[in-house]
Amino acid sequence: MNSTVIVFPGSNCDRDVATALTKLQFKNKMVWHKDNNLPKSDLIVIPGGFSYGDYLRSGAIAAKSNILKEVIRAANSGCLILGICNGFQILIETGLLQGALLRNRNLKFISKDVYLKVINNDNKFCKNYKKNNIINLNIAHNEGNYFTQKDHLKELEDNALIPFKYCDKEGSINDNNNPNGSINNIAGILNNKKNILGMMPHPERMIDSLISNTDGIGLFNSILN
Amino acid sequence: MKLAVIITLKKDVLDPQGKVIEQTLQNMGINSLKNLRQGKYIEIELDELDEKKAHSTVENMCKKLLVNLIIEEYKIKKI
Repeated sequence: MNSTVIVFPGSNCDRDVATALTKLQFKNKMVWHKDNNLPKSDLIVIPGGFSYGDYLRSGAIAAKSNILKEVIRAANSGCLILGICNGFQILIETGLLQGALLRNRNLKFISKDVYLKVINNDNKFCKNYKKNNIINLNIAHNEGNYFTQKDHLKELEDNALIPFKYCDKEGSINDNNNPNGSINNIAGILNNKKNILGMMPHPERMIDSLISNTDGIGLFNSILN
Repeated sequence: MKLAVIITLKKDVLDPQGKVIEQTLQNMGINSLKNLRQGKYIEIELDELDEKKAHSTVENMCKKLLVNLIIEEYKIKKI
């Protein structure tokens, strides 16, 4: 399977994602944001970091870069797109995903491991997880507080477009285990066609038990099979 | 021609930064303070003499890049 990781000035998880993809046997290429051509890809990853120093709004400038025009074209023709952290913010700014990512409720940059519940696994990114699985991934962000209008929120809930929600170790989902204030504890969302996933937690950081855990592997494996 | 854009979060979007500023000012003894919202201020100089045209150019900038219309609102002023 061919994957492409987009690199912006300020991306800092690009090589982590590339390492994860290569480890799991993707044929991966890195593409600089100024390029106008995308290599043939089954999966495009927009990695985490601080593209353009988060100027104006996180992801706003990256969303207007050359390569994003191609990413939008690929997305509209059904290519799988995964946006992690700043990648999620960029996808929101392009309009490929709806809603907004506000500053964390406590106004602090949060970097810690959190528990997530797999809410919907009926999609290409999560099918190797079981429904209600509890996984442990890392978050590291300042603007991860997901917000959307009521009708869109209902659409997300009704159409199984929320793969992950923040929870506690036992899987209980409530405000006490909501790290950033996201509406309904949402940690990631899909578009209607389910070929675009944006998520704040970092699955690429959880692929090796030597340094963390292997809970992120399920996501990359799901895409492969 | 110079124009200014003032961008603030919509009323129903929580503005935690504004709240902290508000509380600090209240703690400093400014009791008449009722409500405070913080935002962004952008000055734009255009090579354009027609005020209507300049306004519509900046409006376009706001919609396409400067403002996230889901959570923010904006005002354009000639300066």
